[in-house]
Amino acid sequence: MPDTRLFLERHSYRRRRIMDAVRMLPLLCTLLWLVLPTMWPNTAEEGAQTALSVAIWYLFVVWILAITASFALWRRVRHHDEADGPLEEATDG
Amino acid sequence: MVTLNQLIAVCLVYVAGLFVVAFLAERAALRGKGSWLLRSPLVYTLSLSIYCTAWTFYGAVGYAARSGLEYITIYLGPSLVMIGWWWVLRRLVRIGRTQRVTSLADLVSARFGKSNLLAVMITIMAVVGVTPYIALQLQSVTLSVSIFASAETGLGEVAQTNDTAAFWVAAGLAVFTVLFGTRNLNVNERHHGVVIAVAVEAVVKLIALLAVGAFVVWGIAGGVAETVARIDASPIGTWQTSGSRWTALIVVSAAAFVCLPRMFQVMVVENDDERHLQIASWAFPLYLMAISLFVVPIAVIGLELMPAGSNPDLYVLTVPLSQGQNGLAMLAFLGGFSSATSMVIVATLALSTMMSNHIVMPLWLQLSNTGAQQSGDVRGVVIRARRLSILMIITLGYLYYRASGGSGALAAIGLISFGGVAQFLPALLGGIFWRGSTRTGAIAGLSIGFVIWMFTMLLPSFGPDGALPAVIFTDGLFGWSALRPEALFGIAGIDPTVHAVWWSLSLNALVFFVVSIFSFPTPLERLQGAQFVNVFNTSRGPAGGWVASEGGAEDLMVMSQRILGATEAQSFFAQHAERQGRSSSTPLPTSEFVQALERELAASVGAATASAMIGQIIGGQAISVQDLMAVADESAQILEYSSQLEVKSRELTETAQELGHANKKLTQLSHQKDDFLSQISHELRTPMTSIRAFSEILRDIEGLSEAEQKRYASIIHSETIRLTRLLDDLLDLSVLENGRVSLNAQRVNLHDVIERAVITAQASGGGSLKVERSPQGEDIALLTDGDRLAQVFINIVTNAMKYCDAEAAVLTIAVRQQEDEVIIGFSDNGSGIPPDAQNLIFEKFARLNKSEASGAGLGLAICREIIARLGGDISYVEQTHGGRFDVRLPRTATFAKPRQAHSA
Repeated sequence: MPDTRLFLERHSYRRRRIMDAVRMLPLLCTLLWLVLPTMWPNTAEEGAQTALSVAIWYLFVVWILAITASFALWRRVRHHDEADGPLEEATDG
Repeated sequence: MVTLNQLIAVCLVYVAGLFVVAFLAERAALRGKGSWLLRSPLVYTLSLSIYCTAWTFYGAVGYAARSGLEYITIYLGPSLVMIGWWWVLRRLVRIGRTQRVTSLADLVSARFGKSNLLAVMITIMAVVGVTPYIALQLQSVTLSVSIFASAETGLGEVAQTNDTAAFWVAAGLAVFTVLFGTRNLNVNERHHGVVIAVAVEAVVKLIALLAVGAFVVWGIAGGVAETVARIDASPIGTWQTSGSRWTALIVVSAAAFVCLPRMFQVMVVENDDERHLQIASWAFPLYLMAISLFVVPIAVIGLELMPAGSNPDLYVLTVPLSQGQNGLAMLAFLGGFSSATSMVIVATLALSTMMSNHIVMPLWLQLSNTGAQQSGDVRGVVIRARRLSILMIITLGYLYYRASGGSGALAAIGLISFGGVAQFLPALLGGIFWRGSTRTGAIAGLSIGFVIWMFTMLLPSFGPDGALPAVIFTDGLFGWSALRPEALFGIAGIDPTVHAVWWSLSLNALVFFVVSIFSFPTPLERLQGAQFVNVFNTSRGPAGGWVASEGGAEDLMVMSQRILGATEAQSFFAQHAERQGRSSSTPLPTSEFVQALERELAASVGAATASAMIGQIIGGQAISVQDLMAVADESAQILEYSSQLEVKSRELTETAQELGHANKKLTQLSHQKDDFLSQISHELRTPMTSIRAFSEILRDIEGLSEAEQKRYASIIHSETIRLTRLLDDLLDLSVLENGRVSLNAQRVNLHDVIERAVITAQASGGGSLKVERSPQGEDIALLTDGDRLAQVFINIVTNAMKYCDAEAAVLTIAVRQQEDEVIIGFSDNGSGIPPDAQNLIFEKFARLNKSEASGAGLGLAICREIIARLGGDISYVEQTHGGRFDVRLPRTATFAKPRQAHSA
């Protein structure tokens, strides 16, 4: 990398943290959608059962939150893009 | 009640509307209008919704009625992929744009060294995987038609209606796809008509499903709270999904979302702007959420209202119909129709591109032995191949539908298809993230995955004794219990879908990885791999290229015209010629140019075919020596360093060469000087010898008669004159050559100068010469040094007098004007100068006839110097009869600098 600056000014720093968030969001969603529901007890097992409506609420609320977060991140990225032009491969900075 | 005829009429109006919309979009795009809509992120997002097919529209409700919330995995997977756009999709889209990828098969084959074998494999697998899916769409439309038909006519005629409906739907879709899908050859150019029609259909299906959902929640259940209560009270009211199915289905749907040919088509190939992807990252999950929002309520209400045994896949239609909501039912039907048609159109388009580029075109190239250079338009062939493929794929779908008898739940067929295309995932992800993946690995992984998928998912789906005999289910293939299709390696009891997805994907990935590790990629694979994996590393120049020294630009032009079309090809070539800074419209076939051309062609016929076609013409390898070196030594730093060294050593070589040249020149000059000195010594010695001899005679010999004394003295005198003249000439020449001569620019008349020269020359005697002139032509005013010019003319005229060997010597002086120049030609009627002496006469001491020692041989050398200094030039022109000296002079002399390093 030709650009080996170790620290960045505030604006670029903020921008890279937003890209970090963009990268992290799908991992968070995976955790909430893919991993958590597999731990819910299903009818095959004894004990408490999850009502379908609860499951629906949970999944759709996570969905809406994920969409909102993705939307907010897009707004921030666009804001930064307009200021600096699109960011190519981001480094850890 | 809606009659069948009403239904058909509405359908026809709707389809006609779609045709009109598509046509208008094509026309607007052609005129460069409406790009705010055609190229908008909204249309991009809506076009992604072909993910939601009739399987979603009808099947999701049926799925929910059977297995509760499990249906939602099919939408969570793609949502995850879209929200995680930064990881995979961004990369895919960038690669698709930079490599001008035409399909998934094209991308994978291009990544693995433009291997057509790989492309053919993926194409065949995609056709096998997607055909059931297309059949599913036809089935859903006919099922929905049968709902209306059975209500009208009774069940007896349903089967026949079904087949007719399926046939007409298939035919209509084929016509639409052929019309709007094969308009332009370049797949990278968006199919605006198709895309806009798909976007309209996306809106229609969303509105239809939301309308039915809203009717169910507020119209039947009576509100959100009541709906929730009913859901919990229903047979599917608890969480029933097993963790393994949940995980497997999310994974397989996420994989299919990336790997489905139609998704790849709209997401990557038809992508217009990378920024649209990030907008779709929230907009498309929103669409998916909206479309799956009312699925459970519809399913629950359907289970409550509809009689036992009715098909839950059709609740979207039957629930409104049972409530007498004919309009709503009609809207729902249109929604289902939209989902089915848009999917078939785009899927067929994507598959036909793959088939024509990777199967038909390579075959055609092989069969037409003359190769890519023959005349005739390839575009026709490609487009015909594409149309034929469209018809073939839709026919296959129809035949599959007829063969399978339209049985089975919609969800099951859809999942089988997903499982099939998900097999592309390891090769795809490996190809774009891992430089170590190889072609052999990809082929091995795909084959294993595909075989396991066939054996554990596709074939068992036809039931025991369907495609596989029942004995295989119980005893395994070849009687090996380890090879039971639903219990591979003897591990039984896993859910069949999970079992198939798990074994096929994991073994696919494992084999891909292991074979990749142990195989060695070809140089082209490694170059492509570096390009694909480092697609965002813009500092690296494009790797790979053609050694194009032998490839004629003309041949390339001929071929390109046949694929791109004459105008496009010419403008492409002209553009590159301009970039190369060439005046003509054909660029040099440099490596860069051929590479750009290959990409351009690849956008039309796919990477493998384009590579093969260019290979036929150029005949060289697709890799230059530099590329090979780059592969051999991947460290960019070392490469950089060695290229710097190369530059340095080249500079040194150049300097050494320059020094050598300078040395040679100095030696030459030194030789010239030696020659010159010896010449002068020789010239001086001859008269000196005679002067010495005769002065000795005068001094030593007594009794010379007066006449003899006079004669000897006069000989001494004439030799002294000759010496003086020689020294004068030498001085003159040296002054001229060193540029120390002062020239006086004055306005003179050419006629006067010639007149003076002729008179002076004739007065000096030495032979009779008739001079022919044309006074009118000579009357030209010149700004030059008249005395020096006269000196030149005198010399030429004197030479003519001396050397003209004709009996009656005639010198013709002719003056011509040419633009700003005056040309004075001196031609005599003698035999001229022999050819071997012609290039010597202007050199110093050059004499034609050595025996005749009347001059020092400096005259013409002086003439040449003078004329050069006057800004003109003197030359000898050979004529059929004799020769001619041409003196060219500018009308207004710009006195030139003396000539440097004047050749010997």
